[in-house]
Amino acid sequence: MRASKKIGFFIIPALLIYGVFYVYPTVLSLFYSITDWDGVSPAFNFVGLKNFINLFTNDTIFIKSLTNNVKFTLSASILQFLFSLGLALLLIKNTKSNVFFRALYFFPTILASVSVGFIWTFLYAPNIGPIDQLLKSLGLEWMIQDWLGDKSIAIYSIAVVKAWFHVGQMIVIFVAGLQAIPKQFYEVAKIEGASALQTFRRVTWPMIAPAATIVVAYTTIQTFKAFDLIYTMTRGGPNYSTEIIATNIYNVAFRSNKFGYAAAQSIIFLVIIGAITFLQFKLVDRYETN
Amino acid sequence: MNKKIIRNIVLCLYALAILLPLSIIFFATFKDGTELFQNIAGLPRNFSLDNYYKIFVEEKFVVYFLNSIQTTLTSVFLTLFFGSLAAYFIIRCNKILGIIIFALFAAGMMIPPQVNMIPLYNLISSFGLKNKLTGLIIANIASTLPVAVFILTGFMRSIHKELFGASKVDGANEWKIYSRVVMPLSLPSLSATGIFLFVMHWNDLLYPLLFITKRAKKTVPLALLDFQGQYVIDYQMLFTGVAIASIPMVLMYLFFQRYFIAGMSAGAVKG
Repeated sequence: MRASKKIGFFIIPALLIYGVFYVYPTVLSLFYSITDWDGVSPAFNFVGLKNFINLFTNDTIFIKSLTNNVKFTLSASILQFLFSLGLALLLIKNTKSNVFFRALYFFPTILASVSVGFIWTFLYAPNIGPIDQLLKSLGLEWMIQDWLGDKSIAIYSIAVVKAWFHVGQMIVIFVAGLQAIPKQFYEVAKIEGASALQTFRRVTWPMIAPAATIVVAYTTIQTFKAFDLIYTMTRGGPNYSTEIIATNIYNVAFRSNKFGYAAAQSIIFLVIIGAITFLQFKLVDRYETN
Repeated sequence: MNKKIIRNIVLCLYALAILLPLSIIFFATFKDGTELFQNIAGLPRNFSLDNYYKIFVEEKFVVYFLNSIQTTLTSVFLTLFFGSLAAYFIIRCNKILGIIIFALFAAGMMIPPQVNMIPLYNLISSFGLKNKLTGLIIANIASTLPVAVFILTGFMRSIHKELFGASKVDGANEWKIYSRVVMPLSLPSLSATGIFLFVMHWNDLLYPLLFITKRAKKTVPLALLDFQGQYVIDYQMLFTGVAIASIPMVLMYLFFQRYFIAGMSAGAVKG
């Protein structure tokens, strides 16, 4: 107890900055969410749960951004999961060439979302862009699409970018999980004559399930927060087909000046992220106790 | 034997998927607008540094670059400093208080910046910190303290308790124990966290987009975003901006690769 008195000063700077500039605004968000504040005028009214009711009954764009978020999250997660697990299985051993490949695959992770957004906007450019030109030269003209301009595929095109961006990071997590599997397990499987698929299902998969949970949860949360990438590539267009919750909150607050309404959206956003994080902790916990 | 060949083909194909876009972008910075589309993937035919000249001299990119450096370095340093102080407090104060403070910070990792950006915007404005790098730095610190406290506390918990007792007997006060004993021991986790924070702060777009409207105060990602409107079809200019924006990261990655991968995955697992 005497020690804690003397070191009270140690917590002050962190608590002050975090409290004033992160916790307090979060609480304020909760407060704004039951008002109709426009962000400018000094007066506003309490509207109770009206914002929340409107969001789900009256706001097609919000519902659209929710569905887009689900589409984006699912497609990016599946791509990222399959590619990172597949490549990690090829790169388990720490040989020189494997270390090189891992470092190369990791490289996009260090770039800014804005940079990655520019690179891929160019790659996807209609007709003149490298992807369309490559398809033409391979005689695959029929595959050419308006990658970012077509309402029905734009969100999936960005999901591919998201996977390209972060597969390398997920490979590192999977490799760490795979290297932790004792060699004897594989030897036993071999002696018992298990096929490659059986070995994967009975030995590899149960052992890397915690790593897989982390990868999926991380991807899910990252795709919900993919504001920078989508804002750079499409600003949520065409016709809101790539609008996700994070970009929608920004647009509603800072373009339409509906602060109270956007705050209500951000509370729903918080609940979703909270639920995913909680689920992740529960799952990882369960694997670790098993 | 066949298996090995297929494995290598797969690895090389994916390497190509990473390298090809990056090399196209890098070569483009030495091309002009017409050559870019005639010769997308090839080496530049008329090697020229015009784009770089234009960006540095006409666009004053140096200003944005310095803004980014100042903001990022200050944010990383102060987050690590305040975060490590907090982590030291958590492991040294009484148990219940430690648990409460730790939980308070850990909860912040769950809160995406979009949740509180609206009130934060008002707060920063009312403190007169809009269009000031200080405002950006404060917001950066506040938003990344949770992950820093989380990782650093986890590490400091593994330090042997006897060390503190021994230092106490030698007459060291808390500050001396923190600065002479705990900080040197924590260097590995400090550097991993530092790299993770550096990448986050350097690349961040949201906070500059919210708080900065004056040209003289823009950071690199925000300046790049504005380039997009200005050079709608001049991709080679955009890419020159991208190349310059990436230089610090690429250099750091080449020199500290191992720490980089460790730091970024620690952030992924915990953040």
